[in-house]
Amino acid sequence: MASEPTARVLTLSFQVEGQNFRASGEAAGRIKRALEQVGLDWSIIRRAAVVIYEAEMNIVIHARRGVLSAEITPDQVVIVADDEGPGIPDIALAMTEGYSTASAEVREMGFGAGMGLPNITKHSDEMRIETEVGKGTRVTAVIRVGACGDGSRAVSDCSQGSRG
Amino acid sequence: MTRYFHSVTLDHEKCRGCTNCIKRCPTEAIRVREGKARIFEERCIDCGECIRACPNHAKSALTDSLDRLCGFDFTVALPAPAFLGQFRRTSMPEKVLAALLTAGFDDVYEVAVAASVVSYAVRRYLMTRDFKKPLISSACPAIVRLIQVRFPALLNLVVPIDTPMEVAGVLAKREAVKKTGLDPARVGVFFISPCAAKVTAVKQPVGRDKSAIDGVFSMSQIYGLVVKKLKDAPSGLGLQRASSSGILWGRSGGENAEVGYGELLAVDGVHNVIAVLHEVEKGRLSDVDYLEAQACVGGCIGGPLVPENPFVARANIKAMAHMVADRPLPVAEAGMQALYDEGTLSMVKRIPPRPVMSLDEDVTMAMAKVELLEKTVESLPNLDCGSCGSPSCRALAEDIARGLAFETDCVFKLRERVRDLAAEMKELAEKVPPSMERPRATVEPDDDA
Repeated sequence: MASEPTARVLTLSFQVEGQNFRASGEAAGRIKRALEQVGLDWSIIRRAAVVIYEAEMNIVIHARRGVLSAEITPDQVVIVADDEGPGIPDIALAMTEGYSTASAEVREMGFGAGMGLPNITKHSDEMRIETEVGKGTRVTAVIRVGACGDGSRAVSDCSQGSRG
Repeated sequence: MTRYFHSVTLDHEKCRGCTNCIKRCPTEAIRVREGKARIFEERCIDCGECIRACPNHAKSALTDSLDRLCGFDFTVALPAPAFLGQFRRTSMPEKVLAALLTAGFDDVYEVAVAASVVSYAVRRYLMTRDFKKPLISSACPAIVRLIQVRFPALLNLVVPIDTPMEVAGVLAKREAVKKTGLDPARVGVFFISPCAAKVTAVKQPVGRDKSAIDGVFSMSQIYGLVVKKLKDAPSGLGLQRASSSGILWGRSGGENAEVGYGELLAVDGVHNVIAVLHEVEKGRLSDVDYLEAQACVGGCIGGPLVPENPFVARANIKAMAHMVADRPLPVAEAGMQALYDEGTLSMVKRIPPRPVMSLDEDVTMAMAKVELLEKTVESLPNLDCGSCGSPSCRALAEDIARGLAFETDCVFKLRERVRDLAAEMKELAEKVPPSMERPRATVEPDDDA
């Protein structure tokens, strides 16, 4: 493995505005387009598309603002959604399918069904949540080329949050 | 030999190199080069948006010549359901079909008959509940090609059931062979098409090796002939067999109405379909069982090769379907089940992806190109004027990253360069050789005495 050239990293990051539903999904769309242009396998792009979108929507629905970024290498895609927002008091509860703290209005629009974090877990190979109540949340999801996804290897090593 | 057949073609004489088509193309398949539009054939899905957009009628669809009818001993016309929509709503469906027959065919078989059979098959498939949601209709060939090019990850959602056109081809030929005793090769079945995509679907099918259709004529091509015969067409030939639900496949929503099972969603217009497929990709429509998706606004009656205005056609087809409202399904349920069981309605081949988005075969190279693309986009004016011949600033940046264009192709960038050069020239012009310099009073080392 000595002579293998060090893989380059392509980093893309986008500002995401909280509560701006009209522009929601744009950052995710840009990142997905880049993944297509890089030419990663379609099964990876399919999984990544769900993860990126859910990560962006988490910021839009819950936070004031945030940054959605993707680190792309030939072997994996790392998605990071870093927001300034309320934080998550109980990660285990937030990871429960169907549990949501989204407002009634947001749900009316068809968002906030409590599937965001579970969907990210399901479609990524590794997922990490760092959160501080009252400050914000950083969700990191890794999708590996050649891995199976579909939650079978999704070890959610959530570093227990609420350090506040 | 080219890899792709395309019905959509360009008339170089008529093309004035404007930007109308490049802006409408849903796969960004057109660029203007040397004053003329150029189609990237690996990206073109034959949706016909450019045919509609071109003010100079430089874009057209390649169809078969009517001379092809001479190559067969017995010919059958297969009008798409949208065909009935091309005639005034006072026309009897039976008479329209009789007029089509007398225009030069030996028999008529409505594709709407096969549409009902396909609806049955889709319903049976939905009832198995054994599929990833949402299933996507395979009926519109432009949409199937759109998925191949722009959404390869969704190809496994396309329902593996053949199109009404192909099923009609198979059933019509069987019937004609039975009726005449001729060799199947001597029987020609001809689709009367509302669009270019169906022509391509016949010449270069996906989902099967060879099309069951022997030739394709456009509705516009045959319309004049039929209209002439309409007044004196007989009305007792019993040509009209399709039920109203099959006929209504000709307009958007008709397919879902006849499938009539599960959670259904219908979308028409290729740009609208793209938006909905993005939703599918995000996983937001996994509660939908079946997605009817058509490239033309209004459905097939909105096809680029139809003579009638799509909104008028919509009213026409509804009125005609109403006239045959009491007609039973043309193929009995047992017959449809038999066709389903024997596999006649199934697609035999997987639909392959046609990915064209990646900037380089080598992933690392492609990553560098994406980086260059993103940097280039920042430096462009992002007015999307199209003067460079690419549909948007982002597309130009992509073309630059692929090595197909230069930054100075942008008129604003070029002007910037010219202005900089002009400033530099002005500066140079003001410089004079020392021999000609005017004496400068202050620094003059006049007399050091």
